[in-house]
Amino acid sequence: METDAQKLASTSGVHIQMTYFEALVQAQMEEMERDERVVLMGEELSVHGGAKLIERFGKNRIWNTPISEGSFTGLGIGAAINGLRPVVDLSVSSFVYLASDQIINQASKLRYMTGGQIDIPIVFRCCMYSLGSLAAQHADRPYPFFMNVPGLKIISPTSAADIKGLMKSAIRDGDPVMVFEDTRLWPVKGDVTTDPDHLIPIGKADVKREGEDVTLIAVAGVIRPTMEAVSALAEEGISVEVIDPRTLKPLDHEAIKTSVAKTGRLVIVENAHCVCNVGSEIAAVMVEEAFDLLKRPILRVSAPDIHVPFSPALEKDFFPTKDHIIAAVRRLL
Amino acid sequence: MRQCEGDKIPGWFHSSVGQEAAIVGACLALRDDDAITGTHRSHGHPIGKGADLNTLMAELMGKAGGICKGRGGSMHVADNSVGIISESGIVGGGIPLATGCAFSAKVRGVDQVTFCFFGDGAVNQGTFHESLNMASLWKLPVIYHCENNGYAMTTSVAQSHGQPDIALRAAGYGMLGVTVDGQSVGAVYEAAAEAVTRARAGEGPTLIVANTYRFDEHDFGMVIPGEPYRSVEEVEAHKRNRDPILLYRTVLLGEGINENSLRAIEYEVVEAVKQAVQFGLDSPLPRPETLPDYMFNSPLADHYGFGAGLERNDRHGN
Repeated sequence: METDAQKLASTSGVHIQMTYFEALVQAQMEEMERDERVVLMGEELSVHGGAKLIERFGKNRIWNTPISEGSFTGLGIGAAINGLRPVVDLSVSSFVYLASDQIINQASKLRYMTGGQIDIPIVFRCCMYSLGSLAAQHADRPYPFFMNVPGLKIISPTSAADIKGLMKSAIRDGDPVMVFEDTRLWPVKGDVTTDPDHLIPIGKADVKREGEDVTLIAVAGVIRPTMEAVSALAEEGISVEVIDPRTLKPLDHEAIKTSVAKTGRLVIVENAHCVCNVGSEIAAVMVEEAFDLLKRPILRVSAPDIHVPFSPALEKDFFPTKDHIIAAVRRLL
Repeated sequence: MRQCEGDKIPGWFHSSVGQEAAIVGACLALRDDDAITGTHRSHGHPIGKGADLNTLMAELMGKAGGICKGRGGSMHVADNSVGIISESGIVGGGIPLATGCAFSAKVRGVDQVTFCFFGDGAVNQGTFHESLNMASLWKLPVIYHCENNGYAMTTSVAQSHGQPDIALRAAGYGMLGVTVDGQSVGAVYEAAAEAVTRARAGEGPTLIVANTYRFDEHDFGMVIPGEPYRSVEEVEAHKRNRDPILLYRTVLLGEGINENSLRAIEYEVVEAVKQAVQFGLDSPLPRPETLPDYMFNSPLADHYGFGAGLERNDRHGN
């Protein structure tokens, strides 16, 4: 099976190498070009990545907000109800807690509560920082909280091609979409199509590497240690299939089942804390719907139920590492 | 409320009786294409903005013919066809939405204004502070309209506001703040019309504080234990001397409108409400299989358990 990057490379049209971050900016620029209702808002936008956008689209499309996460998020929601398609940048993902009332009580609910009278086409960007001694208030991975909220779509792509195609789908979507970007992926380069209409659908997982022995689901930034672990295991003749869910809600259950039908073994790796995370949900679904496919118990490799520490000495092995992942795979063989 | 007594209206029901002038006076200053946001106590706001009574009543009863198809209910009877973008059950929750609605008008270059209704309790939410600051900073065409009925549930303004003169807060945001008699529909209309003119001319937001009074309990049937937070005499005095409808009746009679014309209008209103009640009673209940309807604009149909979520754990017939 080809990965999306391979599929892209084989399609007609121009492909260029760019980083994940560049692809993210390009996606927003193309959508702003395509649809004048798309506006960007957030703190310090013009400084962090937005300068190019202001030059091209002017200040009426890019808004530097005061430090008022709760209300500029609500402002974006009100603007979405009234004809715009805002992309709200919440910057460091821990700040989303300040905005969570507006995201949960307003954005996710109002379409339903008005019987479909209004639509809320809006994108919330949350950047997840992990390693780097930022300590617990700047290193959260809060996507599991929002998976428990009906009415939200949640994406967390891991490649340049995927963030471009999925970000564009998110902006064109008619409902609230949360984007959880792992900043460890920002500098990673990949092949990206220049076709401004190439979209990757929300809700579809991608097989990042084919394998036979174990299925490994890697969420967001852990794709990097996962790929390192898988390469090391391959040298020993252990063949691991790596799936990137890309969309966390709705999860692509079929893609996971298809892979587990082949391998019979499943490990889920992610940087979120271990209680009620994506791995918990996937494990529950697999037990309910595909128990007979499993030869061994499902394993989760995630962050412990402890806050992210400041000191590099404590932080070093806090998130899943290559060694943790290798050990988990071995346990299943 | 008789329907409430008869168990025809489920859930919490917050009556705005006593606050009619503070609501309708403001709505009269708006064009059809202007937007508003309401609160959990916003039955009067859609009526003031010209909504159809039938679908509002059916919504209160949780019927399929309700304006929100039985998904909203009393605290959320938003009728978007008359410009209501939301009614928020979260106190202060609608303030950023109204600000954003006005932001959209500014970005798109249209001369629509947004009227944001909230109560004295919402003034103490962070959303009030953050939103008024942004609206002033960007000169957004929004009017913040505080229906100050003196009590946030049972907590009085004196017990909860460091600065009980709410209009003074506007100065902190570089915004004009005015206080009006919220029981005078004429006074509310004049203040609202002036603020709307300023907003439409690009001169930015205004904070209006309409001092009013809630005649009924916080919500229908609520019993407050212990010492009463407001005296029976206080409530009765307001009903006797400060009923905005009776006050306006007196104004109209003074202006030479004859009693018969007023009675004709009152009769018309009673008939319209009776008809709305009948419409609500006749409207069918939503069918259980429609539970997931209206969740998404762009549903991802092939996704199991998403949107529908109806299968639950008995999806395999176990």
